[in-house]
Amino acid sequence: MSEHDHVHGDHDVSQHDPEAAERNKVPFYGKRIYAIRELLIARGVLSREDIQRQIEYMDARSPANGARLVARAWVDPAFKQRLLSDPKAACAEMGIDASGLTEFVVLENTETVHNLVVCTLCSCYPRPILGRPPDWYKSFAYRSRAVVEPRAVMAEFGTRLPDSVEVRVFDSSADIRYLVLPLRPPGTESLSEAELAELVTRDSLIGVTEAQAPAFVH
Amino acid sequence: MKFRPGDLVRVQTFAPTTHVRTPAYVRGKQGWIERVQGEFRNPESLAYAGDGLPPQPLYMVGFRQVDLWQDRYAESPADSLYVDIYEHWLEPSASLEGTQ
Repeated sequence: MSEHDHVHGDHDVSQHDPEAAERNKVPFYGKRIYAIRELLIARGVLSREDIQRQIEYMDARSPANGARLVARAWVDPAFKQRLLSDPKAACAEMGIDASGLTEFVVLENTETVHNLVVCTLCSCYPRPILGRPPDWYKSFAYRSRAVVEPRAVMAEFGTRLPDSVEVRVFDSSADIRYLVLPLRPPGTESLSEAELAELVTRDSLIGVTEAQAPAFVH
Repeated sequence: MKFRPGDLVRVQTFAPTTHVRTPAYVRGKQGWIERVQGEFRNPESLAYAGDGLPPQPLYMVGFRQVDLWQDRYAESPADSLYVDIYEHWLEPSASLEGTQ
């Protein structure tokens, strides 16, 4: 069989069209999204500027907003009560725009209760405050396992809770979004509010971990 | 509002092929009303460009993990799980099975 005996059209098109290689890296659903985006723009439903503005709005959200809320709640018991009873008003007080959220509920961890958030149906998450969820939060593995073996899932994140602590899983699948208020770590009495906020990680706001011990703060 | 916090409820066993926000694993299971979340447009209508009206009461419903998974739940029997469920998916329940 000679080298020229292959079927024509079967060779790598990227050798002749370098951009094709880039295009082909976009997976099926990505291509579909781009096609829908172009149709919405063509029909005047959205403009490119609308889309860019929304991307910039979402990128400006971050877990740092949640960390500020938690640190204030740790140092100010009256604020903590307001955060638990009227989270949107508490956000407004801190200059955090929560207007994009329908409703949200803050779940307080205690010495006897640990809260964990998941969305089994899709990836519901308090995006208007925290930004986009981590990729693992959207994975089938997390969504299916967090409801049936939450302690095993948390252990994989390094979190081991005694049986005396009740684990409460919140499946955030309707109109309410959830944020965990982790326990203040021991040995943090002398830290400032800003230093405390550095202990509050994104994962601790979902509940797969606790807030970090002060030794880990740089 | 048909239910109040503390009321015992059972999730309906409907199995529509259309869009719903009630996870399959709680259907037919018994729990309690933990909290009234308010009224929201019905997502089963909104998903198909409907107006979602009239709004549906939404409740945070609590379940014991052992009631959801029986022997498959290998962690602490004190653990619980909460899901927000719209009123038309709930019916009153007399008692939690296995509860004194």
